[in-house]
Order: sequence, then structure tokens, then C-alpha cells
Amino acid sequence: MLLAVLSGFALAALAPLICRAVRGRAGWLIALLPAALFVYFLSQDAAIAAGAHLRESTPWVPSFGVNLSFHLDGLSLLMALLVTGIGALVTVYAGAYLRDDPHIGRFYLYLLAFMAAMLGLVLADNLLTLFVFWELTSVTSYLLIGYKHTYADSRKAALQALIVTGAGGLALLVGFVLLGSAAGTLEISDLLARGEAIRASELYLPLLLLIGLGAFAKSAQFPFHFWLPGAMAAPTPVSAYLHSATMVKAGVYLLARLSPALHETLAWQLLLISVGLATMLTGAYLSFIQQDLKRILAYSTVSSLGLMVMLLGWGTETAVEAATLFLLVHSLYKGALFLAAGAIDHATGTRDLARLGGLARVMPLLALGAGLAALAMSGIPPMLGFIGKELVYEATLPHHPATGLDQETAGALLTAAELASNIFAVAAAGLIAVRPFYGLARPTPKRPHAPPLALWIGPLALGALGLALGITSSLTQTYIIGPAASAIYGEAIELELELWHGLTPMLALSVATIAGGIVLYGLRDRLQPALARLAGVGARLGPERLFSAGVDGLPGLARRLTDVIQNGYLRFYVATVVGVTVALVGLTFIRGVALPAALALGDAQLYEVVIALVMLAGVALVVRARSLLVMVVSLGVVGYGTALIFVFYGAPDLAMTQFSIETLSVVLFVLMLYRLPALAQLSTRRARLRDWLIAAAAGALVTVMVLTVTAAPLESPLTRFVAENSYSAAKGRNVVNVILVDFRGIDTLGEITVLSVAALGVVALLRLRPGKEKAGEGGGREKGAGA
Amino acid sequence: MTSLILSTAARLLLPLLLLFSVFVLLRGHNEPGGGFVGGLVAAAAFTLYALAEGVGPARAALRANTQTVIAAGLLLAGASVALPLLAGRPAMTGLWLAQELPIVGKVGTPFLFDVGVYLTVSGVTLRIILHMAEAEEQ
Repeated sequence: MLLAVLSGFALAALAPLICRAVRGRAGWLIALLPAALFVYFLSQDAAIAAGAHLRESTPWVPSFGVNLSFHLDGLSLLMALLVTGIGALVTVYAGAYLRDDPHIGRFYLYLLAFMAAMLGLVLADNLLTLFVFWELTSVTSYLLIGYKHTYADSRKAALQALIVTGAGGLALLVGFVLLGSAAGTLEISDLLARGEAIRASELYLPLLLLIGLGAFAKSAQFPFHFWLPGAMAAPTPVSAYLHSATMVKAGVYLLARLSPALHETLAWQLLLISVGLATMLTGAYLSFIQQDLKRILAYSTVSSLGLMVMLLGWGTETAVEAATLFLLVHSLYKGALFLAAGAIDHATGTRDLARLGGLARVMPLLALGAGLAALAMSGIPPMLGFIGKELVYEATLPHHPATGLDQETAGALLTAAELASNIFAVAAAGLIAVRPFYGLARPTPKRPHAPPLALWIGPLALGALGLALGITSSLTQTYIIGPAASAIYGEAIELELELWHGLTPMLALSVATIAGGIVLYGLRDRLQPALARLAGVGARLGPERLFSAGVDGLPGLARRLTDVIQNGYLRFYVATVVGVTVALVGLTFIRGVALPAALALGDAQLYEVVIALVMLAGVALVVRARSLLVMVVSLGVVGYGTALIFVFYGAPDLAMTQFSIETLSVVLFVLMLYRLPALAQLSTRRARLRDWLIAAAAGALVTVMVLTVTAAPLESPLTRFVAENSYSAAKGRNVVNVILVDFRGIDTLGEITVLSVAALGVVALLRLRPGKEKAGEGGGREKGAGA
Repeated sequence: MTSLILSTAARLLLPLLLLFSVFVLLRGHNEPGGGFVGGLVAAAAFTLYALAEGVGPARAALRANTQTVIAAGLLLAGASVALPLLAGRPAMTGLWLAQELPIVGKVGTPFLFDVGVYLTVSGVTLRIILHMAEAEEQ
């Protein structure tokens, strides 16, 4: 399985070369890999259906419990089949769709990288591995949405999608870490067996919310649903593949995957049902009023994703089965409809409903594929979609008990909501698959021509598959849906899928759905303007508005913050750094570090006293001096005095360094002297008083610290360790140097790196040759002198 | 501000100080000294030369660009960190040659690291000082 994932990445890297070598037919060639992977996963199906659970693991960062472990159970298999199967069709399709695009190699690179990442996501058996693939799908999705990067709309939509899913990803990562610590393992298969412990953990609620946030953002759940229609800026094969069939299902997949560990609590039910319900209704409503084929599909995808989340939240055996079945059905019909919409766009040059009609005569096979898909979307027998819809109704109809909620009322309400959204779905299906193909032919930007094989084979294959799987529903149940649903539910599900159940309430609801949908479709043109106005009111208050206000407001906030924090006055920076240090360290003292009892000045030697006095005089001179030169020299006196103290107290290394530094500093200061303005008394009395206070506090703190440190016994395990191992382990007798280059070498490496960067910065600042502005002068020069 | 005495002394002192800085670097492992101080001494040597003779001649005497010196130093330090990885040991493990070399003494990755520090420190210091001195001359 690792090989399956890696092969996708490898082919992605080769894709541009392949495209250059075989122009025109590259799509067919590249599709061989997804097709081969599809066959491979299909060959595992019998074993998985019989209850096998394949696992493999390669250590990655074993010390943190991160392994490249993959597993294949019913759910992973279903997703892997969708990823590779639809992947193959989309690859072929894209070859024709983007035939004249000079950057098609780049497109395949992104697309295959996405496929590999998505495959990794659904196969991953380790939370962090899953997370890595999860983020990779966000990144590749960003690249694909922004593929037509010369258009501002594309770039904006890409960034929006990246920010929303990326922010969700951050929440998800935290959620995963909490989940890992609640379960005590990062391996998903182990973790699922510890559901009891996880649900009992006090981390349960935060981790559920965080993981939910990540999943909702990814799967375009309310209130994050707005990025998905925006993502329609991507080329249509991408919309079909990422934004309906696979990537947006990642959130649903994740909730399904973790369901055995997290489900059956009130929090889980409330969260998923409320979010799913809101998403389902919002999406259904908004899909109905769109004019653009792809936007209709996008909002209807949002609605379907909401339904799946809601069913997972409901969590009964039937609901889980219904969610699984609907996931498959939706991928098939929505993928087909997207591809059909793209083919229409390709053939006519428009996706505007008002300008399309009568295309079935030109492209009969495409009309057939789209028609089959629309039948599945409307839930008309004998499509698999019909069974899916029946099952959805059955899951929430009151006679099926659920846990935790007031089931009778809740179930009835949910069923009503489903009915409403399904009626919209039927109408939307009509808009996509009937309106453009039948009726009067209308003038379009391009003269419609019959699409090539590569453009209609995908929709037709997916549409036909929806029919075939419906007719052979018991096989579908045994080999695909059953194993997947059981993996979500946590125990084996025994359900039969049949086309004919007899006269049940579900059948009545189905009939009502279709009838309602047809009526709504008929009234569509009369209702659309009013409904669109209503939606416009909503949009003004909606989350997308909030999002863009936030994105636009951020730079302003950053500028204001920068103005305060980075105001260019060195005195402000110094005061801040010193003040914070004094406050934090001082706080530690106040909170109870024993202060040294008294100063033992009695045994001070004469030369020590003399040096101390000289240094004090130096300091006094620095403060009182009226000329820069005097200041520099007095500062040097203080420095050399310090070096002498190092010599007397047996720290020759420090003394040598101090002497060199002092010498070079004096040179530096002298070099700068002419460039600095003459000394002048600029600050007010109050400012000087404040500076005195800060300085005095800092001095007092350092004094107290030194006294406290020296009062404590020097004997520490560290000293002994260094002394003992310096020569034996590090082969050096100079302990100081051994510490610098060996024991704490990494620190030194960091320090010299910082030094190098500082040197670059100083020179860059000097080259700026600041003019007369005050801020520029302060910033550049003082830093140079400090280094 | 060219002074004959300073100029003559600087020309004599430059090689001596450089030699001393290498000496400081080499003895660092067992006696006071090391790459940091050595690098500062080397920088001081060139600074003295630059003050006496001007920045142009100092740069000529240095031969290499200061940026190159910094980069070489960082690279050397980085290499000494990474080298043990090639031998299958954790990064920064001290690896030593079995044989002592004449004058230099024991050679191992920590020594290489110290040479890296020496180069980086002298490069950084010189880069800043020479640049400022140059601005001063104009």
C-alpha cells in the first residue's frame, strides 16, 4: 500500500516529462496508473468483504510513535476505489479538456500528487500520517483551484480554500494530538478499540470539537461552506474529482473513520446533526437559484455532504449504512454531472443555464450519461440512488430508535428536512441534465460540436455504474457497502439492499420527493428571482462576508500593531526588553526565592576594591560625559575592568574574549563617531526619571541575582559531569572550550548562524544610507554599534 | 591620517597576529583559547591593518570576500555536525582521527567545528568593521 501511494507521487514528478514526450495522448497513458491501482484494490475486495483487515507499517519517526502505517478495511477500500477509479476517468478526461493548454504537464503533476495524497489519507492508519496527507490534499487543492493563475478570481478562490481548510487543519492537528493522548496511541486501528476510554476521558469534548472543526472545514460544512462554490474556479476535471468525489469527502471520511471511537454520545449527535442539517438545507436552497451549471453542482454537493454528516451523527445501524451508500452514490452521480457540465462548457463555451438548450441532438452519449446520473440524483428506480434515498428516509423515520435524543420528534423533523432537500435535489438534477440537453437549441458562444471520446466516456461510465450497482444491489451490499458500513459502525451490519421493499412509508416519501421535485423544476423560472433576492440578503450577513472582512482587515491590524511594537526607537526597544526581564525575573524572586543573607565584604582584597572603584568611576563618566569620545573611552574602561575581574577569578578564556571584544568595540565606536549627531539633551525630565528607574531596577535585579547564585553551593551534577568527561569523552582539557564546541555544540552552531545573519542585516542597513528621517538613523546605526 | 610608524608596525604585526590567532585556535582544546577568541584576534589584526593602510589594501590582504569567509565557516561547522551521520552515528558525535598530526595535535570533528567558529566570527566582525571603515573613508 505504501508502494501504491508512493507510485502516485513518483508519476506526478514524471508527468511533465510524459506530457512533453507524448503530446495529446498523455491523458490515456497517465491514466494507466490509477487504473492499475483500481484493479489492485478491486482484487483485494473479496478478502476484505470476507472480513480481512490488511495492515502494514514502516517506521517513520518511531520515537514519536509516527509510523507510515496503512490499513485496508471496508471503508478505506471504498474510498480507495473511488479515488483511483474516478481518478482514472478524470485523468483521461483532463487530457481532452485541457488539450491545448501549454501547461498541461503541470496540471497532471498537481492532479497526480493530489491522487497520491488522497490515497494516503484514506489508507493511513496513523493519525499523524493521516494528517500529513490531509494537508497535502489541501495544498494540492490550492494549486489546482489556482491553476488558471492569471485570473484574479482563481487566485482569490484558491487562497480562500487554502485558508479555510488550512485553518481547519490546524484545529485538526490539535484534535489529533489530544486524541492521541486520550487513547495512548496514534495508530488508528488500536485507537478505535479504545472508544470507551476515549469517551470517558476529560479531553473528549475538546478533541471532538477540534476534530469536528477540521472535518467540517474540509467537507465544506456550514458555516465554512462558502469556499466550495468558490473553488469552482478550478478546471472542471478538478471540480469533479476533488470538489465532489474525493477531497471534500475527506471530512466525512474522517468522521466515519473515527466514529467507532467517538460516536454514541450526546455531544457527537448534537454536533454532527445540527451542522449537517444546517449545511444540507443551506446547500439545497442555494443550489436551486444558481445560473451557472458548476455552481448548481457545487451547492448541491454541499447539501449532500451535510446529509452524510447528519446521518453519521444520527449513528444508527441504518443511518450509517445509508451514509455509506449515499457517499458512493453521490460520488458516482456528482462526478458524472460535473464531467458532463465540463463537456458542455468545452463544446459550447458557456455554462450559463439561460444560454443552453437542445444539446442532446449534438451530444447524445453525453446526454445519456448525464441523464443516468440525474436519475440517480433524483432517486428513481432502478438506480442505486433510489436505494440510497429509501435508506436515508428509513434511517430517520421515527420507528427506528436512536440513542440519546428525543427520537420520535427529532427523527420526524430530520425526515422532513431530508424530504425538502431531496426535492431541491430532484429539481437541481433537472436543471443540469434536462435543461441544457432538451428543448429549443439556443445560440452559444461556440458552435456546439460533438465532444471526443475522452470527454463523454467518464460521465457515461459513472452514470452506467450507478445503474449497474443498483440492479445488482445485493452484490453491492456484500462487496462494497456492507464492509464499509461495518467499519464505520464498529460492528458488522446485517442489512439487505433491495429495490423493492413493498409499500412502505419510505416509498411514499420517494414518490412525494419526485413529484415535488418535478413541480419545483416547473416553477423554477418563476421562483428564481425572488429566491435569489432572499439569498442575497443572507449573503450580506453570511460567513463569506465575515471571512473577507477578516482577510481584508488583517493587514490593517498588522500595520497598527507594527507601528506600536516596531516604532524604530532604539530606546523603546531597550526599555521594553529590560523592563520585561526585570518584571519576569523579579516576579520569580517575589514569589519566593530565598534572598542572600548579607554581603561578605570583609575579605575583599585591595586590588579588587581598586578595580571596582575604577569601574564605578568609568560608569559615572559614561553617564555624565558631554562628548561621545569620552563616553566610548569610559565604556572601554568598564569593559577592561570586567576583563581583569575575569583574570583574577580564574576565567582566562572569558578574559581573553572580553579583551578582544572591548578592543574591537572601541574601534567600531570610533568609526561611527563622525556619523553620529552631536550629543544633546533631548529628553524631558520625566523621561529621564523613568529611564533612571528602569536602569536602577535592572541593576538592582542583576545584583540580587548574582548574590543569590553565588550564595548557592556550586556543586551540581552538571559541573561534575563536565569536569569528569571533558578529557575522557571529548579529549580536551579546556573545559570551557569543550563545552562550546562539543557538549553544547548545537548552541554554538545556532549562535554563529545568528551572528552571520546579523552581519548580513547590519551591512544591509548600512547600505540603506538613511536620509534625514529620525527613525532610520536610530535603527541602522545603533544596531551596527551593538554588534 | 596615514602614519608611517603605524603603517610599518601594522605590516609587521598582521602576519604575527594572524599566526597568534591560529595559535590561540589550536591550543583552545587544552589551554585557554579557542575558535571564538582566535577569530576575534584575526579580525583585530585585519582591523589594525585597515586603520593603518586603508580598507582597500586590507581587503586585498584578506583575499577572500568576508561573505565567503562567513559561509565557509558555517559550512565547516555544519559539516562537522553532519559528518558523524555518514558514519551512522548521531549528529555531533565527536569523531577523532586515531593519529595525532604534527603541530595541530588531535584532529576530530569538534576541532573542525572550532575552525568553523573561527572563520565565522572573524568573517562577521570584519564584514561589519570593514564596511563601516569604508563608509568612513568616503
